[in-house]
Amino acid sequence: MNRIALFLPLALFVVLTVVLLLGLDKDPTELPSALVGEPFPVFSLPALHDANQILDEQDLLGDVVLVNIWATWCFACRIEHAMLNQLEEQGVKVIGLNYKDNREAAIDWLKKRGDPYTFSIFDERGRLGIDLGVYGAPETYLLDAGGTIRHRRVGVVDDRVWNNEFRDLYAQLMDEKR
Amino acid sequence: MMLRLPIGLALVLAATVLLGSENLVQFSDESLRIRYQALITELRCPKCQNQNLADSNSPISQDLREEVQRMLEQQMTDVEIKYHLTSRYSEFILYRPDVNKTTYLLWGSPVVILLIGLIVALRLNRRNTVQVVSSGKTQIDNESRLAELLESGEDEK
Repeated sequence: MNRIALFLPLALFVVLTVVLLLGLDKDPTELPSALVGEPFPVFSLPALHDANQILDEQDLLGDVVLVNIWATWCFACRIEHAMLNQLEEQGVKVIGLNYKDNREAAIDWLKKRGDPYTFSIFDERGRLGIDLGVYGAPETYLLDAGGTIRHRRVGVVDDRVWNNEFRDLYAQLMDEKR
Repeated sequence: MMLRLPIGLALVLAATVLLGSENLVQFSDESLRIRYQALITELRCPKCQNQNLADSNSPISQDLREEVQRMLEQQMTDVEIKYHLTSRYSEFILYRPDVNKTTYLLWGSPVVILLIGLIVALRLNRRNTVQVVSSGKTQIDNESRLAELLESGEDEK
């Protein structure tokens, strides 16, 4: 009995080591998503290309869409942009949410780098960003045809992220729509 | 000459104080300011991990401070404000999250560790007491043995 008790510290040490090792793989900057499974927040904001056109959450309904939060000041968005262009070519509907940006600079950016967005929402003050729980660009949300948020990615969407997190769910949502 | 450094430091400090006061928040009612201060020290910046909204200068913290101010002016209660923010930024944003299935480990582990520590301390303590008793006993044994030896030694003389 006492012999076994002697191994207790060793056992505790092993358990602690395993727990801490598993913790190493976790990204502490990734926050749990509060909005997955919830409807996209209500909003009413101008379009990027036309200040007089007012967009709202109804404009996101009817299709499986990606909503991509981007800005010209966001360095990682540059890296992500090519991937978004590629997705748009493959027929994925991508909607831009231009976040706390300058309108002219943003339009200019899309002229230079190509515009993968069906339309871009212009959120100058970041109000919709707060309602979405955005804490940095880029972020990408996958919405089903009913406007419910089904997945959220904080950070760049590249080939690996698309294949691991989005592709299957996207295909499934497209099936559901049909 | 000797005063140059302290005076320079004082000037730098004064400048930072002035810079800080530029962004002073205005409230319609001064009692809101106390609640505002309490809330922004208890709410965590989602971007910067280990700073509260009051200490952080990141754009998202500035926006969230404005959001808190706006909600206070709308006469929302502290609970409503926290709920509003956790429903968007998850419980991460609270430095003192509620006890629920994701946080019971966080809240429970200090109590459990304290209990384990107490048990270990008690057991070690008991073992020590036992040892004192036994060493006391051996001491008596030794003394009587010594006395025996001395006696037998005297006999031999």
